Amino acid sequence: MNGFFDLPSDLEYSYLGLVGLHVREGLLPVLVGLLVALPVAQLCVRFRWVYPPVLGVTTVLYSIPSLAFFVVLIDYFGQSETTVMIPLAIYSLVVLVPAIVDGVRSVPQETLAAAQAMGLGAVRRYLQVQLPIAVPAIIAGLRVATVSSLSLVSVGMLIGNQGALGNMLYAATTYHRPALAVNSVLTTALLGILADALLVLVRRLLTPWMPRKGATR
Amino acid sequence: MNVLNFAHAFFGDSAHWHGYDGIPTRLVEHITYSLEALLYAALIGLPIGLVTGHYGRGGNALAMIATAGRALPSFGLLVLMFIWIGFGLLPVMIPLVVLAVPPILVTTYEAIRSMDPSPVDAARGMGMPEARVLFQVEVPVALPLVLSGLRTAAIQIVSTATIAAYVSLGGLGRYIIDGLYQKNYEKVVGGATLVAGLALATLVIFWALSRITVSPGVRRSG
Repeated sequence: MNGFFDLPSDLEYSYLGLVGLHVREGLLPVLVGLLVALPVAQLCVRFRWVYPPVLGVTTVLYSIPSLAFFVVLIDYFGQSETTVMIPLAIYSLVVLVPAIVDGVRSVPQETLAAAQAMGLGAVRRYLQVQLPIAVPAIIAGLRVATVSSLSLVSVGMLIGNQGALGNMLYAATTYHRPALAVNSVLTTALLGILADALLVLVRRLLTPWMPRKGATR
Repeated sequence: MNVLNFAHAFFGDSAHWHGYDGIPTRLVEHITYSLEALLYAALIGLPIGLVTGHYGRGGNALAMIATAGRALPSFGLLVLMFIWIGFGLLPVMIPLVVLAVPPILVTTYEAIRSMDPSPVDAARGMGMPEARVLFQVEVPVALPLVLSGLRTAAIQIVSTATIAAYVSLGGLGRYIIDGLYQKNYEKVVGGATLVAGLALATLVIFWALSRITVSPGVRRSG
């Protein structure tokens, strides 16, 4: 095993550089997905009839394999990071919309009535009552979206080495260095688990009223 | 539309419709691998999910398995198995099954555990033994969710089997990977269309399956 963290120079990145790239390529789409999902979900909550068609479209989008998505986008964005990140953003969106809708819908009617009685307008009621109560559901969605996004980035290797840590897989087969593949898989999995743990921590900080024990799921 | 032109050119070429690299051959290959992987994953995931769900134990362990399963990069695992084991079906089956088990396992567990306890109590009160409670009450009621777990697994398998072409497996991914290397964009788009079509067909099949197998009473309440 010659140098677990010793990468061939044609990857153009150091190990930590690849980790940084991977985090960016994996997390940016989730962020974009969240920013789009919030208004879409609010629309679905407001107008109930919007939800079933939105759910249908998102289920279909989610089922399209990442590689098929990538190659069609090559035509528009070339073999670039953008091409990798757009499908990941769409997958995140698909996971997040139902999570947010369920979360916001789970706010009890009495709570909303109380907010209204206290004189809160629609915007403040959304930001100060509905959203905070929906946080556990939203974070649950974010956990799924983030972890899958981080693990899917590697597939980007197939479209001109745009897969961050996934690029090490290419190097591993080309230079017959299995250690690089082991490294890639372990680091990617570790990043996912770390992101997952961070999100659990964020939920605890955002929802101090939730019981600590027995609420791990 | 550029992409549409490519797809049209690909499907219009009669050379793509026969031979070992023809669409029918590749499609059958893809479906065979996918079904085989789904079968293994279901054989592992369903019994464990049913039993743990029935007794309501092991939820935390299953949640950890689910996170780990999602965190493991499917593509990385594929390449790693290929490097360790070499050519063949086994290095492809391992990652496919590893990826498909968590969704089946976790959804089945959740479906059985979270169902309304009153019919289960009623069944016990009628004197049903545990096995009959599980198979005649819990499974039919939980079936829509169990099927959705299987659907997620199937979709993931179809998608990952595409990537498996990178490690010299047949299937529809062949067109995409080969096309990318040969800079033959027509082939790439054709392959992508076929793969997306197969994924959508999987969705439709599971939708039809749930229509047929889920009892009307359960469907109405769900």
